[in-house]
Amino acid sequence: MTRRLLVNPILCTGHGVCAELVPELIEMDPWGYPLVSRAELPAELAAHARRAITSCPELALLIDDRPGR
Amino acid sequence: MTLAISEAAGAGRQVLPRLLAGVTGGGRAGLLEHEDLLGPLPLPASTASKRADRARAARLIDVVERSGLTGRGGAGFPTGRKLRSVAAGRGAVVVANGAEGEPASAKDRLLLTRAPHLVLDGISLAAYAVGADRAYLAVHETSSRLAAGLEGAVAARQAAGIDPVPVTLVGIPDRYVASEQSAIVQVINGGPALPTFAPPRTHEKGVDGRPTLVNNVETLAHLALIARFGDGWFRSAGTPAAPGTMLVTISGAVARPGVYEIELGTPLGTVLMQAGGPTEPLQAILTGGFFGTWLPVETAWHLPLTLRGVRAGGGTLGAGIIVALSAAACGLAETARVVRYLAHETAGQCGPCIFGLPALAEVLAGLAYGGGRQLPERIRELIPLVEGRGACRHPDGATQLARSALRAFAPDARWHAERGPCGGVRYGPVLSVPGDLEAW
Repeated sequence: MTRRLLVNPILCTGHGVCAELVPELIEMDPWGYPLVSRAELPAELAAHARRAITSCPELALLIDDRPGR
Repeated sequence: MTLAISEAAGAGRQVLPRLLAGVTGGGRAGLLEHEDLLGPLPLPASTASKRADRARAARLIDVVERSGLTGRGGAGFPTGRKLRSVAAGRGAVVVANGAEGEPASAKDRLLLTRAPHLVLDGISLAAYAVGADRAYLAVHETSSRLAAGLEGAVAARQAAGIDPVPVTLVGIPDRYVASEQSAIVQVINGGPALPTFAPPRTHEKGVDGRPTLVNNVETLAHLALIARFGDGWFRSAGTPAAPGTMLVTISGAVARPGVYEIELGTPLGTVLMQAGGPTEPLQAILTGGFFGTWLPVETAWHLPLTLRGVRAGGGTLGAGIIVALSAAACGLAETARVVRYLAHETAGQCGPCIFGLPALAEVLAGLAYGGGRQLPERIRELIPLVEGRGACRHPDGATQLARSALRAFAPDARWHAERGPCGGVRYGPVLSVPGDLEAW
Protein backbone atom coordinates (compact mmCIF):
# COMPACT_ATOMS: atom_id res chain seq x y z
CA MET A 1 0.00 0.00 0.00
CA THR A 2 1.38 3.37 -0.98
CA ARG A 3 0.80 6.49 1.08
CA ARG A 4 0.94 9.84 -0.63
CA LEU A 5 0.05 13.37 0.27
CA LEU A 6 -2.99 14.61 -1.61
CA VAL A 7 -4.54 18.05 -1.82
CA ASN A 8 -8.25 18.60 -2.30
CA PRO A 9 -8.00 21.34 -4.95
CA ILE A 10 -11.59 22.45 -4.36
CA LEU A 11 -10.89 23.29 -0.71
CA CYS A 12 -7.37 24.67 -1.27
CA THR A 13 -7.24 28.47 -1.58
CA GLY A 14 -3.46 28.78 -1.72
CA HIS A 15 -2.51 29.89 1.79
CA GLY A 16 0.87 28.22 1.28
CA VAL A 17 1.32 26.94 4.84
CA CYS A 18 1.96 23.39 3.60
CA ALA A 19 4.82 24.39 1.30
CA GLU A 20 6.56 26.05 4.25
CA LEU A 21 6.14 23.04 6.51
CA VAL A 22 7.16 20.32 4.04
CA PRO A 23 9.14 21.98 1.24
CA GLU A 24 10.62 18.54 0.48
CA LEU A 25 7.21 17.43 -0.85
CA ILE A 26 5.36 20.61 -1.71
CA GLU A 27 6.33 23.51 -3.97
CA MET A 28 4.20 26.46 -4.96
CA ASP A 29 3.07 26.96 -8.56
CA PRO A 30 3.15 30.40 -10.25
CA TRP A 31 -0.39 31.12 -8.98
CA GLY A 32 0.32 30.23 -5.34
CA TYR A 33 -1.18 26.75 -5.25
CA PRO A 34 0.69 23.72 -3.95
CA LEU A 35 2.34 21.26 -6.32
CA VAL A 36 2.33 18.11 -4.22
CA SER A 37 4.83 15.33 -4.90
CA ARG A 38 3.12 12.24 -6.26
CA ALA A 39 5.82 9.99 -4.87
CA GLU A 40 5.30 7.79 -1.84
CA LEU A 41 5.40 9.66 1.46
CA PRO A 42 8.80 8.90 3.03
CA ALA A 43 8.59 7.71 6.65
CA GLU A 44 11.02 10.37 7.86
CA LEU A 45 8.69 13.10 6.57
CA ALA A 46 5.49 11.62 7.97
CA ALA A 47 5.52 13.81 11.08
CA HIS A 48 6.03 16.97 9.00
CA ALA A 49 3.29 15.89 6.65
CA ARG A 50 0.89 15.37 9.55
CA ARG A 51 1.70 18.83 10.84
CA ALA A 52 1.00 20.29 7.42
CA ILE A 53 -2.33 18.48 7.33
CA THR A 54 -3.46 19.82 10.69
CA SER A 55 -2.07 23.32 10.04
CA CYS A 56 -3.80 23.85 6.70
CA PRO A 57 -6.35 26.65 7.24
CA GLU A 58 -8.77 24.94 4.82
CA LEU A 59 -7.99 21.38 5.96
CA ALA A 60 -7.41 20.63 2.28
CA LEU A 61 -4.51 18.18 2.69
CA LEU A 62 -4.90 14.50 3.31
CA ILE A 63 -2.94 11.29 3.19
CA ASP A 64 -4.16 9.00 0.45
CA ASP A 65 -3.65 5.34 1.29
CA ARG A 66 -6.17 3.76 -1.03
CA PRO A 67 -4.88 0.65 -2.73
CA GLY A 68 -4.23 0.67 -6.43
CA ARG A 69 -3.51 4.37 -6.73
CA MET B 1 -39.57 -14.03 -19.52
CA THR B 2 -36.28 -15.46 -18.48
CA LEU B 3 -32.70 -14.46 -18.49
CA ALA B 4 -31.66 -17.71 -20.05
CA ILE B 5 -29.71 -16.42 -22.99
CA SER B 6 -29.10 -18.93 -25.70
CA GLU B 7 -26.67 -18.36 -28.50
CA ALA B 8 -29.60 -18.91 -30.82
CA ALA B 9 -31.21 -15.72 -29.53
CA GLY B 10 -28.88 -13.54 -31.54
CA ALA B 11 -28.43 -15.87 -34.47
CA GLY B 12 -29.62 -14.54 -37.77
CA ARG B 13 -29.75 -10.97 -36.54
CA GLN B 14 -28.12 -8.51 -38.87
CA VAL B 15 -24.72 -7.32 -37.74
CA LEU B 16 -25.31 -3.61 -38.16
CA PRO B 17 -26.91 -1.37 -37.19
CA ARG B 18 -27.63 -2.55 -33.69
CA LEU B 19 -28.49 0.45 -31.55
CA LEU B 20 -30.13 2.35 -34.34
CA ALA B 21 -31.84 -0.65 -35.98
CA GLY B 22 -35.41 -0.06 -37.04
CA VAL B 23 -35.11 3.65 -36.56
CA THR B 24 -35.72 5.25 -39.90
CA GLY B 25 -35.54 8.85 -41.02
CA GLY B 26 -36.26 11.31 -38.26
CA GLY B 27 -38.53 8.87 -36.46
CA ARG B 28 -38.59 7.88 -32.84
CA ALA B 29 -39.28 4.32 -31.83
CA GLY B 30 -42.31 4.27 -29.53
CA LEU B 31 -42.79 1.53 -26.96
CA LEU B 32 -44.81 -0.72 -29.30
CA GLU B 33 -42.36 -0.44 -32.20
CA HIS B 34 -39.50 -1.01 -29.81
CA GLU B 35 -41.05 -4.20 -28.43
CA ASP B 36 -42.07 -5.37 -31.93
CA LEU B 37 -38.49 -5.01 -33.04
CA LEU B 38 -36.63 -6.39 -30.04
CA GLY B 39 -39.17 -8.15 -27.86
CA PRO B 40 -40.04 -7.22 -24.28
CA LEU B 41 -37.60 -6.18 -21.60
CA PRO B 42 -35.85 -9.45 -20.67
CA LEU B 43 -36.27 -9.04 -16.95
CA PRO B 44 -37.30 -12.05 -14.87
CA ALA B 45 -40.24 -11.55 -12.51
CA SER B 46 -39.03 -11.51 -8.92
CA THR B 47 -39.52 -14.71 -7.03
CA ALA B 48 -40.25 -15.39 -3.38
CA SER B 49 -36.61 -16.24 -2.88
CA LYS B 50 -34.26 -13.28 -2.53
CA ARG B 51 -31.33 -15.60 -2.94
CA ALA B 52 -32.63 -16.89 -6.28
CA ASP B 53 -33.15 -13.30 -7.45
CA ARG B 54 -29.61 -12.34 -6.51
CA ALA B 55 -28.23 -15.38 -8.30
CA ARG B 56 -30.07 -14.41 -11.46
CA ALA B 57 -28.83 -10.84 -11.18
CA ALA B 58 -25.30 -12.19 -10.80
CA ARG B 59 -25.78 -14.24 -13.98
CA LEU B 60 -26.70 -11.07 -15.90
CA ILE B 61 -23.48 -9.47 -14.68
CA ASP B 62 -21.59 -12.59 -15.85
CA VAL B 63 -23.06 -12.20 -19.33
CA VAL B 64 -22.11 -8.52 -19.47
CA GLU B 65 -18.60 -9.32 -18.26
CA ARG B 66 -18.18 -12.05 -20.89
CA SER B 67 -19.46 -9.69 -23.60
CA GLY B 68 -16.45 -7.43 -23.06
CA LEU B 69 -18.64 -4.30 -23.13
CA THR B 70 -16.76 -1.18 -22.04
CA GLY B 71 -18.12 2.26 -21.14
CA ARG B 72 -18.97 4.37 -24.17
CA GLY B 73 -18.83 7.70 -22.34
CA GLY B 74 -15.10 8.08 -22.83
CA ALA B 75 -13.31 6.25 -20.02
CA GLY B 76 -13.79 2.80 -21.52
CA PHE B 77 -14.00 1.01 -18.17
CA PRO B 78 -15.27 -2.60 -18.34
CA THR B 79 -19.01 -2.41 -17.66
CA GLY B 80 -19.27 -5.87 -16.10
CA ARG B 81 -16.61 -5.06 -13.53
CA LYS B 82 -18.32 -1.78 -12.64
CA LEU B 83 -21.67 -3.55 -12.21
CA ARG B 84 -20.04 -6.16 -9.98
CA SER B 85 -18.35 -3.57 -7.80
CA VAL B 86 -21.58 -1.59 -7.24
CA ALA B 87 -23.62 -4.77 -6.75
CA ALA B 88 -21.32 -5.73 -3.87
CA GLY B 89 -22.56 -2.75 -1.83
CA ARG B 90 -25.96 -2.21 -0.27
CA GLY B 91 -28.79 0.00 -1.48
CA ALA B 92 -27.32 0.85 -4.87
CA VAL B 93 -28.54 3.64 -7.16
CA VAL B 94 -28.29 3.79 -10.97
CA VAL B 95 -27.60 7.00 -12.87
CA ALA B 96 -27.73 7.08 -16.67
CA ASN B 97 -25.64 9.93 -18.05
CA GLY B 98 -27.29 11.38 -21.13
CA ALA B 99 -26.04 14.91 -20.51
CA GLU B 100 -23.61 15.02 -23.39
CA GLY B 101 -21.15 17.73 -22.35
CA GLU B 102 -18.75 17.26 -25.24
CA PRO B 103 -19.60 19.87 -27.90
CA ALA B 104 -18.31 17.69 -30.77
CA SER B 105 -20.50 14.72 -29.80
CA ALA B 106 -24.12 14.20 -30.84
CA LYS B 107 -24.61 10.47 -30.34
CA ASP B 108 -26.26 10.43 -26.90
CA ARG B 109 -28.83 12.95 -28.00
CA LEU B 110 -29.54 10.95 -31.15
CA LEU B 111 -29.90 7.72 -29.19
CA LEU B 112 -32.22 9.29 -26.60
CA THR B 113 -34.28 10.92 -29.33
CA ARG B 114 -34.59 7.91 -31.63
CA ALA B 115 -34.42 4.90 -29.31
CA PRO B 116 -35.33 6.05 -25.80
CA HIS B 117 -36.77 2.66 -24.83
CA LEU B 118 -33.51 0.90 -25.53
CA VAL B 119 -31.80 3.20 -23.02
CA LEU B 120 -34.65 2.81 -20.51
CA ASP B 121 -34.42 -0.99 -20.89
CA GLY B 122 -30.73 -0.71 -20.11
CA ILE B 123 -31.43 1.35 -17.00
CA SER B 124 -33.89 -1.27 -15.71
CA LEU B 125 -31.48 -4.11 -16.41
CA ALA B 126 -28.60 -2.28 -14.71
CA ALA B 127 -30.83 -1.56 -11.70
CA TYR B 128 -31.76 -5.24 -11.57
CA ALA B 129 -28.11 -6.31 -11.86
CA VAL B 130 -26.88 -4.14 -8.99
CA GLY B 131 -30.02 -4.46 -6.84
CA ALA B 132 -30.91 -0.75 -7.07
CA ASP B 133 -34.27 0.58 -5.93
CA ARG B 134 -33.91 3.96 -7.65
CA ALA B 135 -32.69 5.14 -11.02
CA TYR B 136 -32.06 8.50 -12.67
CA LEU B 137 -31.65 9.64 -16.24
CA ALA B 138 -29.68 12.87 -16.57
CA VAL B 139 -30.13 15.09 -19.64
CA HIS B 140 -29.43 18.74 -20.36
CA GLU B 141 -32.16 20.95 -18.96
CA THR B 142 -32.01 23.18 -22.02
CA SER B 143 -33.03 20.27 -24.27
CA SER B 144 -36.74 20.71 -23.53
CA ARG B 145 -37.91 18.73 -26.57
CA LEU B 146 -35.67 15.83 -25.69
CA ALA B 147 -36.82 15.92 -22.07
CA ALA B 148 -40.49 16.01 -23.12
CA GLY B 149 -39.98 12.97 -25.34
CA LEU B 150 -38.28 11.10 -22.53
CA GLU B 151 -41.00 12.02 -20.04
CA GLY B 152 -43.51 10.53 -22.48
CA ALA B 153 -41.44 7.36 -22.82
CA VAL B 154 -41.07 6.96 -19.04
CA ALA B 155 -44.83 7.53 -18.58
CA ALA B 156 -45.71 4.96 -21.26
CA ARG B 157 -43.56 2.38 -19.52
CA GLN B 158 -45.04 3.24 -16.12
CA ALA B 159 -48.55 2.76 -17.51
CA ALA B 160 -47.51 -0.60 -18.95
CA GLY B 161 -45.82 -1.58 -15.68
CA ILE B 162 -42.52 -2.38 -17.36
CA ASP B 163 -39.87 -0.95 -15.09
CA PRO B 164 -39.74 -2.41 -11.58
CA VAL B 165 -37.56 0.50 -10.44
CA PRO B 166 -38.85 4.05 -10.98
CA VAL B 167 -36.79 6.23 -13.32
CA THR B 168 -36.52 9.94 -12.52
CA LEU B 169 -35.45 12.47 -15.15
CA VAL B 170 -32.85 14.97 -13.95
CA GLY B 171 -32.10 18.26 -15.73
CA ILE B 172 -28.43 19.19 -15.84
CA PRO B 173 -27.19 22.66 -16.83
CA ASP B 174 -25.84 22.79 -20.37
CA ARG B 175 -22.21 23.07 -19.33
CA TYR B 176 -19.19 20.96 -19.93
CA VAL B 177 -18.28 20.38 -16.27
CA ALA B 178 -21.91 19.84 -15.22
CA SER B 179 -22.10 16.60 -17.19
CA GLU B 180 -19.15 15.08 -15.33
CA GLN B 181 -20.41 12.13 -13.28
CA SER B 182 -19.67 13.50 -9.82
CA ALA B 183 -21.41 16.77 -10.80
CA ILE B 184 -24.55 14.87 -11.80
CA VAL B 185 -24.52 12.97 -8.53
CA GLN B 186 -24.15 16.26 -6.66
CA VAL B 187 -27.19 17.70 -8.51
CA ILE B 188 -29.27 14.66 -7.56
CA ASN B 189 -28.14 15.18 -3.96
CA GLY B 190 -29.51 18.72 -4.11
CA GLY B 191 -26.18 20.47 -4.60
CA PRO B 192 -24.68 22.60 -7.35
CA ALA B 193 -23.85 21.12 -10.77
CA LEU B 194 -20.12 21.02 -10.10
CA PRO B 195 -17.66 18.13 -9.89
CA THR B 196 -16.68 16.91 -6.43
CA PHE B 197 -13.36 15.72 -5.06
CA ALA B 198 -12.56 12.00 -5.02
CA PRO B 199 -12.24 10.11 -2.71
CA PRO B 200 -14.94 9.06 -2.21
CA ARG B 201 -15.67 7.78 -5.72
CA THR B 202 -19.28 7.73 -6.89
CA HIS B 203 -19.30 3.94 -7.20
CA GLU B 204 -18.48 3.77 -3.48
CA LYS B 205 -20.44 6.76 -2.22
CA GLY B 206 -22.67 8.65 -4.60
CA VAL B 207 -26.38 9.48 -4.48
CA ASP B 208 -27.41 9.77 -0.79
CA GLY B 209 -24.04 8.30 0.10
CA ARG B 210 -24.95 5.01 -1.53
CA PRO B 211 -22.92 3.01 -4.05
CA THR B 212 -23.87 4.56 -7.37
CA LEU B 213 -23.53 3.13 -10.86
CA VAL B 214 -23.05 5.95 -13.36
CA ASN B 215 -23.12 4.80 -16.95
CA ASN B 216 -23.31 6.55 -20.27
CA VAL B 217 -26.66 6.03 -22.03
CA GLU B 218 -25.04 4.29 -25.01
CA THR B 219 -23.41 1.77 -22.67
CA LEU B 220 -26.83 1.01 -21.18
CA ALA B 221 -28.35 0.61 -24.65
CA HIS B 222 -25.70 -2.00 -25.49
CA LEU B 223 -26.50 -3.70 -22.18
CA ALA B 224 -30.16 -3.92 -23.20
CA LEU B 225 -29.17 -5.78 -26.38
CA ILE B 226 -26.65 -8.05 -24.63
CA ALA B 227 -29.35 -9.10 -22.13
CA ARG B 228 -31.56 -10.08 -25.08
CA PHE B 229 -29.13 -11.66 -27.51
CA GLY B 230 -26.17 -12.72 -25.39
CA ASP B 231 -22.47 -12.12 -25.16
CA GLY B 232 -21.69 -14.34 -28.16
CA TRP B 233 -23.90 -12.21 -30.35
CA PHE B 234 -22.31 -9.00 -28.99
CA ARG B 235 -18.88 -10.37 -29.82
CA SER B 236 -19.91 -11.20 -33.40
CA ALA B 237 -19.09 -7.57 -34.23
CA GLY B 238 -15.81 -5.85 -33.45
CA THR B 239 -12.54 -7.51 -32.49
CA PRO B 240 -11.86 -10.12 -29.78
CA ALA B 241 -10.16 -7.47 -27.60
CA ALA B 242 -12.67 -4.73 -28.44
CA PRO B 243 -16.02 -6.33 -29.21
CA GLY B 244 -19.21 -4.70 -30.41
CA THR B 245 -20.07 -1.45 -32.07
CA MET B 246 -19.77 2.19 -31.10
CA LEU B 247 -21.65 5.32 -31.99
CA VAL B 248 -19.25 7.75 -33.62
CA THR B 249 -19.89 11.43 -34.26
CA ILE B 250 -18.07 12.50 -37.42
CA SER B 251 -17.66 16.13 -38.42
CA GLY B 252 -15.28 18.49 -40.22
CA ALA B 253 -14.29 18.12 -43.87
CA VAL B 254 -16.38 15.06 -44.74
CA ALA B 255 -19.26 14.78 -47.19
CA ARG B 256 -21.90 13.52 -44.76
CA PRO B 257 -21.16 14.54 -41.17
CA GLY B 258 -23.30 12.83 -38.55
CA VAL B 259 -23.59 9.95 -36.10
CA TYR B 260 -22.66 6.50 -37.37
CA GLU B 261 -22.72 3.11 -35.70
CA ILE B 262 -19.32 1.59 -36.43
CA GLU B 263 -17.89 -1.84 -35.73
CA LEU B 264 -14.94 -1.55 -33.36
CA GLY B 265 -11.64 -2.24 -35.09
CA THR B 266 -12.65 -0.47 -38.31
CA PRO B 267 -9.71 1.64 -39.57
CA LEU B 268 -10.33 5.35 -39.01
CA GLY B 269 -9.92 6.04 -42.73
CA THR B 270 -12.72 3.57 -43.49
CA VAL B 271 -14.83 5.26 -40.82
CA LEU B 272 -14.37 8.60 -42.59
CA MET B 273 -15.30 6.97 -45.90
CA GLN B 274 -18.59 5.83 -44.36
CA ALA B 275 -19.30 9.52 -43.77
CA GLY B 276 -18.81 10.16 -47.46
CA GLY B 277 -15.06 10.63 -47.31
CA PRO B 278 -13.01 13.83 -47.19
CA THR B 279 -14.27 16.83 -49.11
CA GLU B 280 -10.82 18.45 -49.07
CA PRO B 281 -7.26 17.20 -48.64
CA LEU B 282 -6.83 16.52 -44.90
CA GLN B 283 -3.89 17.31 -42.64
CA ALA B 284 -5.05 15.89 -39.32
CA ILE B 285 -7.81 14.09 -37.49
CA LEU B 286 -9.05 15.05 -34.07
CA THR B 287 -9.99 11.94 -32.12
CA GLY B 288 -11.89 12.19 -28.84
CA GLY B 289 -13.27 15.70 -29.31
CA PHE B 290 -12.47 18.76 -27.19
CA PHE B 291 -10.82 16.46 -24.63
CA GLY B 292 -9.05 14.57 -27.37
CA THR B 293 -5.93 14.53 -29.46
CA TRP B 294 -4.81 15.69 -32.88
CA LEU B 295 -3.20 13.04 -35.03
CA PRO B 296 -1.54 13.65 -38.42
CA VAL B 297 -3.86 12.17 -41.03
CA GLU B 298 -1.24 9.67 -42.22
CA THR B 299 -0.89 8.35 -38.65
CA ALA B 300 -4.62 8.23 -37.98
CA TRP B 301 -5.89 6.79 -41.27
CA HIS B 302 -4.92 3.17 -40.58
CA LEU B 303 -5.47 3.10 -36.82
CA PRO B 304 -8.26 0.76 -35.73
CA LEU B 305 -11.28 2.33 -34.03
CA THR B 306 -10.65 0.90 -30.55
CA LEU B 307 -9.52 2.64 -27.37
CA ARG B 308 -6.26 0.70 -27.43
CA GLY B 309 -5.69 1.08 -31.16
CA VAL B 310 -6.09 4.84 -31.14
CA ARG B 311 -4.00 5.08 -27.97
CA ALA B 312 -1.20 3.13 -29.65
CA GLY B 313 -1.11 5.87 -32.27
CA GLY B 314 -0.84 8.51 -29.55
CA GLY B 315 -4.52 9.44 -29.56
CA THR B 316 -7.66 9.02 -27.49
CA LEU B 317 -11.10 7.95 -28.62
CA GLY B 318 -13.19 9.67 -25.94
CA ALA B 319 -16.90 9.27 -26.52
CA GLY B 320 -16.33 8.28 -30.16
CA ILE B 321 -15.60 11.60 -31.83
CA ILE B 322 -13.76 12.10 -35.10
CA VAL B 323 -13.18 15.47 -36.74
CA ALA B 324 -11.46 15.74 -40.10
CA LEU B 325 -9.25 18.83 -40.41
CA SER B 326 -8.69 20.28 -43.87
CA ALA B 327 -5.13 20.95 -44.97
CA ALA B 328 -6.27 24.54 -45.57
CA ALA B 329 -7.20 25.06 -41.90
CA CYS B 330 -4.87 25.91 -39.02
CA GLY B 331 -4.74 23.30 -36.28
CA LEU B 332 -3.10 25.72 -33.87
CA ALA B 333 -5.91 28.26 -34.31
CA GLU B 334 -8.49 25.50 -33.77
CA THR B 335 -6.68 24.38 -30.62
CA ALA B 336 -6.42 27.93 -29.29
CA ARG B 337 -10.16 28.46 -29.74
CA VAL B 338 -11.07 25.20 -28.02
CA VAL B 339 -8.72 25.77 -25.08
CA ARG B 340 -10.07 29.31 -24.70
CA TYR B 341 -13.57 27.80 -24.55
CA LEU B 342 -12.43 25.21 -21.99
CA ALA B 343 -10.82 27.97 -19.89
CA HIS B 344 -14.17 29.78 -19.80
CA GLU B 345 -15.90 26.51 -18.96
CA THR B 346 -13.91 25.82 -15.79
CA ALA B 347 -16.12 25.07 -12.81
CA GLY B 348 -14.10 27.73 -10.99
CA GLN B 349 -13.35 25.47 -8.05
CA CYS B 350 -9.67 24.55 -8.34
CA GLY B 351 -6.86 27.13 -8.49
CA PRO B 352 -4.68 25.38 -11.10
CA CYS B 353 -7.68 25.18 -13.46
CA ILE B 354 -8.94 28.73 -12.71
CA PHE B 355 -5.51 30.29 -13.38
CA GLY B 356 -3.74 27.66 -15.46
CA LEU B 357 -6.28 27.21 -18.25
CA PRO B 358 -6.54 30.92 -19.12
CA ALA B 359 -2.73 31.12 -19.05
CA LEU B 360 -2.49 28.17 -21.42
CA ALA B 361 -5.24 29.59 -23.63
CA GLU B 362 -3.46 32.94 -23.84
CA VAL B 363 -0.14 31.45 -24.91
CA LEU B 364 -1.87 29.19 -27.46
CA ALA B 365 -3.74 32.18 -28.90
CA GLY B 366 -0.42 34.06 -28.99
CA LEU B 367 1.17 31.26 -31.00
CA ALA B 368 -1.78 30.87 -33.37
CA TYR B 369 -2.54 34.52 -34.06
CA GLY B 370 0.68 36.33 -33.15
CA GLY B 371 4.01 34.58 -32.95
CA GLY B 372 7.11 34.48 -30.77
CA ARG B 373 10.00 32.03 -30.63
CA GLN B 374 9.58 31.30 -26.93
CA LEU B 375 5.88 30.36 -27.15
CA PRO B 376 6.05 26.61 -27.90
CA GLU B 377 8.42 26.15 -24.97
CA ARG B 378 6.16 28.26 -22.76
CA ILE B 379 3.24 25.92 -23.63
CA ARG B 380 5.36 22.89 -22.72
CA GLU B 381 6.17 24.49 -19.35
CA LEU B 382 2.55 25.30 -18.56
CA ILE B 383 1.15 21.84 -19.32
CA PRO B 384 2.56 20.05 -16.23
CA LEU B 385 1.45 22.97 -14.04
CA VAL B 386 -2.17 22.32 -15.02
CA GLU B 387 -2.44 18.62 -15.75
CA GLY B 388 -3.83 16.34 -13.06
CA ARG B 389 -4.32 19.21 -10.62
CA GLY B 390 -8.08 19.62 -10.69
CA ALA B 391 -10.75 17.69 -8.81
CA CYS B 392 -12.09 16.50 -12.16
CA ARG B 393 -10.36 15.87 -15.47
CA HIS B 394 -11.48 19.10 -17.13
CA PRO B 395 -8.01 20.71 -17.10
CA ASP B 396 -6.43 17.46 -18.36
CA GLY B 397 -8.51 17.59 -21.51
CA ALA B 398 -7.13 21.00 -22.39
CA THR B 399 -3.52 20.00 -21.74
CA GLN B 400 -3.90 16.81 -23.75
CA LEU B 401 -5.26 18.75 -26.71
CA ALA B 402 -2.47 21.36 -26.48
CA ARG B 403 0.26 18.75 -26.22
CA SER B 404 -1.07 16.81 -29.20
CA ALA B 405 -1.32 20.02 -31.24
CA LEU B 406 2.38 20.78 -30.70
CA ARG B 407 3.16 17.23 -31.83
CA ALA B 408 0.79 16.89 -34.79
CA PHE B 409 1.38 20.44 -36.07
CA ALA B 410 5.08 20.66 -35.20
CA PRO B 411 6.25 22.25 -38.50
CA ASP B 412 3.29 24.62 -38.35
CA ALA B 413 4.16 25.57 -34.74
CA ARG B 414 7.71 26.44 -35.84
CA TRP B 415 6.36 28.56 -38.69
CA HIS B 416 3.99 30.42 -36.36
CA ALA B 417 6.65 30.92 -33.71
CA GLU B 418 9.19 32.32 -36.16
CA ARG B 419 7.12 34.07 -38.82
CA GLY B 420 3.65 34.65 -37.38
CA PRO B 421 0.24 33.28 -38.34
CA CYS B 422 -0.12 31.00 -41.36
CA GLY B 423 -2.82 31.54 -43.98
CA GLY B 424 -4.94 28.83 -42.32
CA VAL B 425 -6.07 31.10 -39.47
CA ARG B 426 -8.46 32.74 -41.94
CA TYR B 427 -10.11 29.38 -42.70
CA GLY B 428 -13.50 29.27 -40.96
CA PRO B 429 -13.67 27.57 -37.57
CA VAL B 430 -13.89 23.78 -37.91
CA LEU B 431 -14.67 23.08 -34.27
CA SER B 432 -17.66 25.17 -33.31
CA VAL B 433 -17.74 26.11 -29.67
CA PRO B 434 -21.11 26.59 -28.00
CA GLY B 435 -22.25 30.17 -27.42
CA ASP B 436 -20.81 33.31 -28.90
CA LEU B 437 -17.17 33.74 -28.01
CA GLU B 438 -17.32 37.41 -28.95
CA ALA B 439 -19.92 37.99 -26.25
CA TRP B 440 -17.53 36.94 -23.46
